[in-house]
Parts: sequence; C-alpha cells; structure tokens
Amino acid sequence: MSLPTYLAQRWPQIGVLIIQHAEVVLIAVGIATVIGVGLGVVLQEYPRAGRIVVNITGTMLTIPSLALFGLLIPLLGLGLAPTITALVVYAIFPILRNTLTGLESVPAAVTDAALGMGLTSGARLRLIRMPLAWPVVLTGIRIATIMSVAIAAIAAAVSGPGLGQLIFDGLARIGGANALNEALTGTCAVAFLALGLDLLFVVLARLTTSRGVR
Amino acid sequence: MTARPDTTSPNIGAGPAMIRLDHVSTHYPGQRRPAVADLTLEVDTGEIVVLLGPSGCGKTTTLRLINRMIEPSSGRIFLNGEDVTKANPDQLRRRIGYVIQQVGLFPHMTIADNIGLIPRTLGWDNKRIQARVDELLDLVGLEPATYRRRHPKQLSGGQQQRVGVARALAADPPVMLMDEPFGAVDPITRERLQDELLNLQDKIRKTIVLVTHDLAEALKLGDRIALLAEGATLAQYDTPERILTEPADAFVAEFIGSGAAVRRLHLHTVGSLVLDPVHAVRAGSHTTHDRSEGSVRRVLIDDTGTVLRWLRPTDDPTRGRAANDIAVVRTDQTMYEALDAILRAHDDTAAVLDKHGNLIGALSWSALVRERLAPDNAPRTPTRATPSGHPR
Repeated sequence: MSLPTYLAQRWPQIGVLIIQHAEVVLIAVGIATVIGVGLGVVLQEYPRAGRIVVNITGTMLTIPSLALFGLLIPLLGLGLAPTITALVVYAIFPILRNTLTGLESVPAAVTDAALGMGLTSGARLRLIRMPLAWPVVLTGIRIATIMSVAIAAIAAAVSGPGLGQLIFDGLARIGGANALNEALTGTCAVAFLALGLDLLFVVLARLTTSRGVR
Repeated sequence: MTARPDTTSPNIGAGPAMIRLDHVSTHYPGQRRPAVADLTLEVDTGEIVVLLGPSGCGKTTTLRLINRMIEPSSGRIFLNGEDVTKANPDQLRRRIGYVIQQVGLFPHMTIADNIGLIPRTLGWDNKRIQARVDELLDLVGLEPATYRRRHPKQLSGGQQQRVGVARALAADPPVMLMDEPFGAVDPITRERLQDELLNLQDKIRKTIVLVTHDLAEALKLGDRIALLAEGATLAQYDTPERILTEPADAFVAEFIGSGAAVRRLHLHTVGSLVLDPVHAVRAGSHTTHDRSEGSVRRVLIDDTGTVLRWLRPTDDPTRGRAANDIAVVRTDQTMYEALDAILRAHDDTAAVLDKHGNLIGALSWSALVRERLAPDNAPRTPTRATPSGHPR
C-alpha cells in the first residue's frame, strides 16, 4: 500500500492518535504549569532555595526518557499514569526556571513603587509582577510543551496513548506490510503537532501580553 | 525661577504637625552602626520639607521610615497625630503618596490605569476613577484625551514623572513623599518640573517630604530644610534663608559651601528691596534741568514706555538714541537675575519695572551688596539647632 492510500484508509485512527497525543501533552503541561509557576512564586522569596530546586529539576531533564518511563512501571504500572507523570517531571524545569527569571526581571523601581503606594503582596503579584513576568513565563510553558510532544512519543513504550504507538509498531514490524508507512506517519505527525502547538503559543502570547510591554 | 517668600512665611507652621518621627532609630541587617539614630523630626501640615545631605547620610532611609517601607527598630511614627508605628503598612501607604526617582510606572498598564490603580483598590466606581484620572492629568499639565490611553514607554522622562506625581495624588493623600523625584531628568526639564511642583503645591497644599542631594533644589523647593549628617543626625532644621545665613555648625557651613552668599540671591526678588528713585525722561522732550531733583538718576524712555538708556546729568535727551545697553529687570525676578543683568550690561545699576512694565526705580550694585551680600557666613557657634527642629 502506498503512503497516500494508507493515509486515506487510516485517517480516522491517525486523527484519534493525534488528539490523544495532544491531550496527554496538554494535561501534563497544565499540571506542570500549576506546579512550576506556584513553586516559582514561592521560591522567588528565597533565592538560595530557588537555585537548589532549579538545579534538581534541571538534573531530572538528563534522565533518558525511555529509562524514566521504565522506572515508573513498578510504581504506576502501564498506560496513562506513568506517561503523564514522566511528562510533568520533564515539563516542570523550563516553567519553573522561566517563572523565576521572569519575576526577577521585573524592574526594582516598579516593585518599589507598587509597595510604596500600598498594594498588598497578593495585589502586587497579581496586578504587577505576574503580568510583567508573563511573557517569559509563557515562553517557559511553550518550551515545555514542544519538549513534551517529542517525549510523549516514547510513552508508547509503557503503553501510553498517542502517536508513539504508530512509530513503535512500525519499527517493530519493519519490512512488514505498512510498517514504513506507520513509522513515517507517526514521526511526521509528531513534528506537525509540535509545530501547530508552537503556533498556538505565538497567538496566545500575542493575545495575553499588554501592548505596553511588547 | 520662582523665588521663595521671605523667612517670615505665613501659614506654614501654623497647623499641627502632619508627620512626627519620635526618637526613631533603624538598623540595616549586618551593619553595626544604625542607618538612622534617634531621629526626632516634625513636619507641619502643608509645608515642603527637604531632606538634604551627602550620599549615605540616611535621607532616603528617613523618608522610607515615614511610610514604613523600612521599619523602625525603636521610636514612634505619627501621622496627623495618630500613632501609625504598628498600623497596617499597606493601608498606611495608601494615605501617603510616594514618588521615586525612577518613577516606576507600571509598563503594562495605560496611563489611566496607572493613576487609577489605588482608587480602584479602594473600591471607587469606574466613573469616579475616570473623572479623577482626567482631573489629575489636567493638574500635572498633560492633556487627558491624548495621554489617558498611552503606555508609559510612549512618554518622555519628564512626562513620566508628571504621571508619577499624578499617580501619587490619585487617592488625595494628605502627605506626599518624594525621593529625588527630579534626579533622572535633564537640567532644563528638572527646572520646569520644580516650578510645576511649586505651582501645584500652591493649589493642593499637601504636606511634602522631599529627598535631594542638590542644594539648589533644596533651597528652591523647601519651606524648611532638614540638613542631615551621617546616621541621619539632624545638623540643622531651618528655613533656606537661615541655613544660608546662620549655619549651625562647621558641617552645615561646609555643606552649603563657599557659594552661600551668591545662592541667597536666588531666594529674594528684586521687589523685596528698597529701590533708588529714578526720573523717566521721554525721548525728544525738552526737560528743564530741575535742580530740586538733585542726584536722582534719569532714564531715557521712548513713547511706548520702553526703557532705552541712562542719562548722565549733562546728556541732552533730545539727541539720538543709544544702543540698548541698559540692564532692565522686573520686580518678580530674583536678585540673582538682577545681578546677572547688571554684569551683562557692563553697568552698576539696573532699571526696575513692575509687573505691568512701568518703570518704578533703580537697583544699584551697592544696594545689592549692602542688602544681601554683606553678612558674613561664619558658623553660629556654639548653639546648635534644636533636634526637634522648631526654629520659629
């Protein structure tokens, strides 16, 4: 079967896999955003602890993804749970680091003025510091998302959902019917999904950043 | 340049103290010497007090003690008679306007949102906020329709500082703290902003505490100047005039420097002096030499009243016009400007006009010297300014 006929025949299944893949990534990045931004806001008050935590999360990035997925099997079994967990572990680092960088980059004069005019610490974070740090934070989330799209493909090793299934399946049966088509489709779809989500973030950044700081 | 009224200024000092620091000290962590040591200072309602001193003397620290951005380690702080040493700091700060050198406008908000932020947190409705924003923009000389919706980066440094002042005034606080507010703008803009602040103060009559290290700015803006030495010790707390004429000790004398006598010329207008009489002679007219006028100077004026030149006793006013080389000043100009005009005209006397342009007298070099340059500048030893600083 040629690639076009394969695509025409299997399009519904491929579409489902793409959606599954995107879902897994967005759920994981969503969780990582809550943890990373929250941790960043707290750690910003304690620069020394902040550096230590950033180093630890940075180190976690060096764990090969296949190994991490494997290590999670005894703890969480197969399927969705280890997939999401592993993705969250990887996604926290860029988000946390960019949250800290973003909050630090708010000009001292601005925070001084906000304090001096009588804004509470919550109002300063919500109205002044977070909006000003936001472009940098969003960049962190974007990096985490792109990274997660790629790593999520490996999740098929622990029976995780998504396009990894096509790739692993194809590679396992290489030489067999449609094996190459499957692997090729899976790989390209991962790349296109990353590209699409990246574009989404460009639009999101445009919409959520004030004209005054662009 | 606006000259300050004479030392016997009215109103100021009449009201109760708006701000009172009572034996306040504060330490920075890790430093043995206190940044502010046992400072007692009162600021009266409606006056501008300038905290002046060399860098590192603790003037900014003193300012930030008032709104408790720095907490005192001992002593008490009173605002309008109320002990605010233990009050909620955020609520305290909303009652005190705060302006800093780098302005610190919020770059992601429009000018209107910057100014309206504190009213919004105080729960004002939109209509009231918008009206207040427009009123304040008008007050600081920015056209509301043009600037309301702009972002801070679209404004010049001087305009940003105007917005900074408007923002500090948003909730109509009785007190404003200004930390070197004009330190970051060019000299011409600074001069203009200073004039605007004085004009503004005439309208709003806030109690203002302003930090500067610039003596000229302190003399120009301050109703009173608190000159601080290291550890925020009050070296002298007095009117600009008395700081210049009667420095309390060697430190003050050294700080105001050798230019003190000349600087004092900035403080007084020509109108505050007794002028020599003059006799105006219209060009082309034949005057009889009235001997009874004696040594009164004669000034040649043209038909429109424009001053042309001095007439020597032997000069004939019917003869042609001379070059315009006469020094002319108005009564509302400072003595400094009068001296400048005299020197530039290579003369020893300036003709003085009132604010309608009518000739009213002559100001001679010797009168200037007699009046203002004479008193010596030696420290007034051994008496020091009272620490609580109520010289009057």
